[in-house]
Amino acid sequence: MRKILAALVATTVLAGAAQAAEVFPLDRATILSGSPFDFKVEFDAVVKPEDVKITVNGQDYKAALGKEVEFVAEERNKDKVLGSAVILRDITIANAGDYKVEVSAGSETKSVTWNVYGTPSQAKAKNVIFLIADGLSVAHRTAARIMSKGMTEGKANGRLNMDDVPPVAFIGTSATDAVATDSANTMSAYMTGHKTAVNAIGVYADRTPASLDDPKVENIAEALRRQTKKSIGIVSTAELQDATPAAVVAHTRKRGDKADINGMLFDLKPEVVLGGGSAYFLPQSTAGSKRKDDKDFVKLFQDAGYKLATSKGELATAAGANDGKILGLFHTGNLDTTLDREFLKKGTVGKFPEQPGLVEMTKVALDTLSKNPEGFFLMVEAANVDKMSHPLDWDRAVVDTIEFDQAIGVAREFAAKNPDTLIVVTGDHTHGVSIIGTVDDEKPGTDMREKVGTYAEAGFPNYEDKNGDGFPDKVDVSRRLFLNANNGPDHYETFRPKLDGPFAPAIQNEKKEYIANEQYKDVPGAVFVQGIIPKSADSGVHAVDDIVLQAEGPGAEGFRGYMEQSDVYKGLAEAFALGAKQTN
Amino acid sequence: MSKSVEARINRRQTLQTIGLGLIAGLPLLAAGTRAEANSDITFDELYGKVSVLGLEFSEKVKQLNGKEIAMRGFMAPPLKAEAQFFVLTEIPMSICPFCSTDSDWPDNIVVVYLGEKQTFTQPSQTIEVRGKLEMGSWTDPETGFVSLLRIRQAEYDTV
Repeated sequence: MRKILAALVATTVLAGAAQAAEVFPLDRATILSGSPFDFKVEFDAVVKPEDVKITVNGQDYKAALGKEVEFVAEERNKDKVLGSAVILRDITIANAGDYKVEVSAGSETKSVTWNVYGTPSQAKAKNVIFLIADGLSVAHRTAARIMSKGMTEGKANGRLNMDDVPPVAFIGTSATDAVATDSANTMSAYMTGHKTAVNAIGVYADRTPASLDDPKVENIAEALRRQTKKSIGIVSTAELQDATPAAVVAHTRKRGDKADINGMLFDLKPEVVLGGGSAYFLPQSTAGSKRKDDKDFVKLFQDAGYKLATSKGELATAAGANDGKILGLFHTGNLDTTLDREFLKKGTVGKFPEQPGLVEMTKVALDTLSKNPEGFFLMVEAANVDKMSHPLDWDRAVVDTIEFDQAIGVAREFAAKNPDTLIVVTGDHTHGVSIIGTVDDEKPGTDMREKVGTYAEAGFPNYEDKNGDGFPDKVDVSRRLFLNANNGPDHYETFRPKLDGPFAPAIQNEKKEYIANEQYKDVPGAVFVQGIIPKSADSGVHAVDDIVLQAEGPGAEGFRGYMEQSDVYKGLAEAFALGAKQTN
Repeated sequence: MSKSVEARINRRQTLQTIGLGLIAGLPLLAAGTRAEANSDITFDELYGKVSVLGLEFSEKVKQLNGKEIAMRGFMAPPLKAEAQFFVLTEIPMSICPFCSTDSDWPDNIVVVYLGEKQTFTQPSQTIEVRGKLEMGSWTDPETGFVSLLRIRQAEYDTV
């Protein structure tokens, strides 16, 4: 068996060597006509510039791509020579159609075909509200409905806002380098129309170690600035430099380049920017800063005419000021979960007691952005659905899904009054989570595992919402939903909501391996659950499963059936007619 | 609320018991070094003001700047094997997805530069670090890791 595998590997490697050159954008890339992008060819060998041949649809490339390439004799990773490369930055292709790009140098050849697409000249939608719950899986939706509305005799006692937005597409989320995926490349696909590698945003991932030199593609904020006078809004419960909000504005191979991402956010100046991550706005001399320079982005934004809000109250004041530009920073890091913020007062709520929620932020964003007669694009992210699914803290993930749903309600209310608004509701990737029944404290004995009800034994959970706020009055009811991940690190399952703060299932040891956090060992009835992913994994991982995409309003017909995540951008571009100049 | 506090206290007590067992062989050393530290400070006491627009060190930190102190916490696993320092955290390092840069660390960390090499402990082990407190921004020349608060010429014991 080993020998056979070795032989297979050897042939694969050889086959690879015969066609070693890599071309960016990759084969089957879809490109908005007129949108700037970088072209790069990486050769495995060191080649001579005169040996490099590039044609586009059989003709010399300069006619189609407009410029001459820059030749790099040797790309390096420290001392290792990676090969020669050619780079052409900021090129555009004006006309729609297929473009076959053929590259050769010495024995290396590569052929890729790009599809350049145009859009109708007339926009279908004046406004687009793109609502994304990070990591939103079907189980989060089902649990949110049951927890919020209840269920009797197998029928839900009410509907979520999202339940009335038609599901229109299944989205394939895989990355260019792996079947699995993360929030950087997934949101980047939505916001640029190009798939890329895990951890990359707004670029194709090249081979050089530098993270800010990779071949760029245009993102939606740049396209809106280039073609329209629309306003742009970014609302997130995460740090504003986190992958999902970053993908609206940024270009980097590494999502961790948060200080750089903050600069890119400032360069594009979305009119409404509400979220966490103030640490990257503060100069390094200020305690709490996570910058390594002296730039003061709070001041830079203020100088650029932004009203600053750092609390719920200031957000309301800023919204009332009606200046059209608001920077809302409500946490040095990620905002706390809804469960912590509104109910348990755990997490970091003690330090940042005045954080607004997604609903308030969405309302203020819509009020402010809708002042622009040209329309707007608003991205709203419920970040903690993902951030709490990683540590297997399902109650927090689900309560944040309910909050996300209430933000969808705000968006739908706006669209009802402004029917030229397209609403898209989706996640960026899924988690390996399912609901398998209930945990019933009233079942006999002390063994919590025996209190898990499956099939008929599950019954129905007994959450209550007496005050009608849409949230369960408490999550630690006696018969509650039992959600489970299909993967995770070593941890203790406690069968109970984590009322003292977000679950930390595993902690790192000196070998950088994650081991079960003993803090939960002595919770009555807790059982040890052996992990099934490498010990380097700190938490549950993203699933490769498709994401459900829902849409309603003008342009919703642009989303149908199975779609690659990058094709969703085409639907947005068509709705906004981003192939057409609208600034005259 | 009660549950977590209880759980933490229980854990600490257990660890203390274990710790006592471990250091039983060198009681004089442990007692001696402990006595040198003339002041204690906790993670809760690091900042006087916490706001979105910046943190401000507490009066206590300002007063103890440059003085010998003792502080308890957990040792985060080393950033790099060759790093000359480790990070002391309030709770054991847990979730750190894509923690490729030091920017993902929590605000309330203290960087510890050891006087002499010591072996690393288990992450769930409470340790007490003794050394000279140093306040102000410092970029580690080897790793580029930026810290605001450090304990220098430090040594530690399990608690």
